[in-house]
Amino acid sequence: MNMELSRRQFLGTAGAGLAGTTLGALGFGGVEEAHAAAIRPFKLFNTTETRNTCTYCSVACGIIIYSKGDLKKGEKADITHIEGDVDHPTNRGTLCPKGAALLDIVKSETRLQHPMIRRAGSDKFERVSWDEALNKIARAMKDDRDKNFIAKNADGVTVNRWNTTGFLAASATTNETAWATYKAVRSLGMVVFDNQARV
Amino acid sequence: MTNSWTDIRNTDLVVIMGGNAAEAHPCGFKWVVEAKANRGAKLVVVDPRFTRSAAVADYYAPIRQGSDIAFLSGVINYCIQNNKVQWDYVKAFTNATYIVKEGFAYKDGLFTGYDEEKRDYNRSTWDYQIGPDGYAMVDETLQDPRCVWNLLKEHVSQYTPELVERITGTPKDKFLKVAAMIGECSTPTKTMTSMYALGWTQHSKGSQNIRTMAMLQLILGNIGVRGGGMNALRGHSNIQGLTDIGLMSNMIPGYLTLATDKEPDFNTYMSTRGFKPLRPNQMSYWQNYKKFMVSFLKSMWGPAATAENNFAFDWLPKMDVPAYDILRAFELMKQGKMNLYFCQGFNPLQAFPNRGKLTEALSKLKLLVIMDPLQTETARFWENHGVYNNVDPAKIQTEVIQLPTTCFAEDEGSLVNSGRWLQWHWPAGSPPGESRTDAWIMSQIHLRLKEMYKKEGGALPDPIVNLYWPYKDPSEPTPEELTRELNGYVVSDVLDPNDPTKKLLTASKQVPNFGVLRDDGSTAAGCWIYSGSFTEDGNMMARRDNSDPDDTGAYLKWSFAWPANRRIIYNRASADINGKPWDDTRKLLWWDGAKWTGYDVPDIAPTAKPQDVGPFIMNPEGVSRLFARGMMREGPFPVHYEPFESPMVNLVAPKIRGNPVARVFKDDFAQFAEPASKEFPYAATSYRLTEHFHYWTKNNHVNAVLQPEFFVEISEELAKEKSITNGGWVRVWSKRGSVFAKVYVTKRIRPLICDGKPVHVVGIPIHWGFVGAAKKGFPANVLTPFVGDANIETPEFKAFLVNIEPSTGPVA
Repeated sequence: MNMELSRRQFLGTAGAGLAGTTLGALGFGGVEEAHAAAIRPFKLFNTTETRNTCTYCSVACGIIIYSKGDLKKGEKADITHIEGDVDHPTNRGTLCPKGAALLDIVKSETRLQHPMIRRAGSDKFERVSWDEALNKIARAMKDDRDKNFIAKNADGVTVNRWNTTGFLAASATTNETAWATYKAVRSLGMVVFDNQARV
Repeated sequence: MTNSWTDIRNTDLVVIMGGNAAEAHPCGFKWVVEAKANRGAKLVVVDPRFTRSAAVADYYAPIRQGSDIAFLSGVINYCIQNNKVQWDYVKAFTNATYIVKEGFAYKDGLFTGYDEEKRDYNRSTWDYQIGPDGYAMVDETLQDPRCVWNLLKEHVSQYTPELVERITGTPKDKFLKVAAMIGECSTPTKTMTSMYALGWTQHSKGSQNIRTMAMLQLILGNIGVRGGGMNALRGHSNIQGLTDIGLMSNMIPGYLTLATDKEPDFNTYMSTRGFKPLRPNQMSYWQNYKKFMVSFLKSMWGPAATAENNFAFDWLPKMDVPAYDILRAFELMKQGKMNLYFCQGFNPLQAFPNRGKLTEALSKLKLLVIMDPLQTETARFWENHGVYNNVDPAKIQTEVIQLPTTCFAEDEGSLVNSGRWLQWHWPAGSPPGESRTDAWIMSQIHLRLKEMYKKEGGALPDPIVNLYWPYKDPSEPTPEELTRELNGYVVSDVLDPNDPTKKLLTASKQVPNFGVLRDDGSTAAGCWIYSGSFTEDGNMMARRDNSDPDDTGAYLKWSFAWPANRRIIYNRASADINGKPWDDTRKLLWWDGAKWTGYDVPDIAPTAKPQDVGPFIMNPEGVSRLFARGMMREGPFPVHYEPFESPMVNLVAPKIRGNPVARVFKDDFAQFAEPASKEFPYAATSYRLTEHFHYWTKNNHVNAVLQPEFFVEISEELAKEKSITNGGWVRVWSKRGSVFAKVYVTKRIRPLICDGKPVHVVGIPIHWGFVGAAKKGFPANVLTPFVGDANIETPEFKAFLVNIEPSTGPVA
């Protein structure tokens, strides 16, 4: 697949007007202008295109996400459309029934919005602030680690392990998130540590 | 994958067994279609169900779930008996010629050294004879009865087509047809690819399923070549990356491992990781282990990791058990031995076996922390949802904190695909509500703990307060800062020992590749196999040049593939012992008289002479292994073991139940149905639908509309036998739990005849729960047994026993 003309260039060319076409050459310039004025501009021209990867399986299809607003300019960006990246060597623009509906997972009604806590014995979640949630987590971790950390085993060997708190890591996050997670978790001596590779 | 999705176009035969790419990986399956259309490749599907992959196959053979080793051992036997062997490859590039120690033997399903009590082996005889020169002994003529080839030939000889049919239910003629199609790929100019997924991994002997096919591929000469390979299709979008970076109990990034309690210090630890070559001239690349390890330690603890403290080796935990995998974690939780548990984008209440046990375990925690973009069942395990989650919240004392995180569309960084490509992506949208990135959350937790340990002291604060955290904004490291660490950088100048006026490496520069990493603390690298991904030339993972000279499918300038941007690993094996490609129409790498050259990055030292240095450079032998030595817990050769819950006894070893070395916790054994159980007579298997991804897409309106409701699939024959009507309700139950489902009566599942008796298969898709946009339903793990693969603890989701009856549906 030799993509001399990228998808973007193609769209750009297609939208460049009729000046270079047969109609233009025949002198129907006025008709063209009137026609162009009557057509609503192609919606995707007003959006920001961002290259991304489908979040589901490891085929890792290339996708293009269209947003109103540009994060790079410091704007708020609202995602309006997601489609396959035709320049991508693996999927060549195609998406499966899961990937084709990606917009609905980004916008799912069950996306979490705020930190929440469910207290012991309660039948509901309540809102908490980030600070309250994080302070509570850190305190619980420190107390448990200080109480249960094993510095030396029965034979006197230094083992520096903590096995009463565990961590399951996500397998749809980036390598970079994984590395930050690895550092934070392993530096505590945590060994009950796993990811979705087994399922 | 040893190869890549786009390389599948180069194959002559695709064998899909243990997977269903057409439904689970549709856009990757496109390359199977390309190979069929453009090369005339054939597709063979072997599966208990007539899947959509089977629907477009050139040949389909049914098989009873959990009997793949018997089938594949039968194919190996067929190839040996019918001389369908690529002899030049086998003799030069495998350990077929190696001589095995006296004392090693196999009898009645077990190898030498079994200890029934420990469910483990003494593996000391599972190795080569070492000659007086210190190297493994070989017999190039293959005459020695103790050479690997002759032992293998003997070992697989019992798997005749007749026995294969009795065990697997695959009719003999169908088995022989598949064996013949596979056997044709033993010529140097015909190649087969193996595409597999959870259909092979989710068994108590999943690793051996894969290994058996890998052995077959070696016998056919199909590893390291275009259109060949062992291709794990893989699941989540970055499951490969999370594994590469070692987010597992006993792992260190780049497939290094934590020390065990038996390795008290760094020198003892390194003494078993020296990997001295077992044959002359071999690269035995793991000889560089210490360089990777020290560079990792430097990236963890920076200036606090010094030669004097063995680069802070003691700050890493040591293991007292092989692994605290998830099954062990939930067992410990159930025993009341765990207090806190974190689930980062992970829904174990749906994803792990024996739902009832999981709920009981989670109820004993003090605190459960959820980090997720979406609602999950795990976060709400305490919430009553009638029959779908019948719990009393007042009785559950576990506190749950649920933290909202960003999703892929709002985050930046790299993901690793099945073909080991690290592809960078960019954020496109603003996160909803108060959601934050996982990196921010992990930083917040780390910084808070660091502060508390500084202020209060406590258990070993050193690894926490000294964790190297050199980020511009410590509260949120950027993806670029983190990925630069993963690639590795030079800590201090390295001078040329021959000319100290010359610098070999300059401090603070990114390393260009893992070849320059050092064991003296002058380099740091978070994950050595990622070295080369972010160099002084920039972010290689962000590259998007899709040129592909001569249409080989390599795409060397698209993103970055580990290791070293290599697209097909073991690629030196694509050429014969003299460095000449096996197939001139499908050249990959060749020896030009002075060096290796070709379409891919050579998987060998560029000037390593072809006759001297073997292609399997990570192995101390320099060749691949038909005999696994002591590296697999079940044995050096695969043996057919039945699933722990099986509709029949093991015909090759009647006394053995399940996998003899799989770990089973006491209470779980009591919850297994007997082999050939009358109470649970049907062979169940779980699987995925093309419209859903695990338990995520039930949160998605479109997918919830496409497949709204939990159902099970059975054959017309079983429906008739049990008076079950298509579209009606059934109750399905195992020794662990019971579910109600709509039933789909289908021709896609047929009874198999195993050892003369019919085996009915019940198919159970996994995608429903009690949160999301789809109808509430039961997840398959209500039924599944709590046991994992003996080597890596992947749960046995693909083969278990159930019963089924018509029903009026759940009572609301």
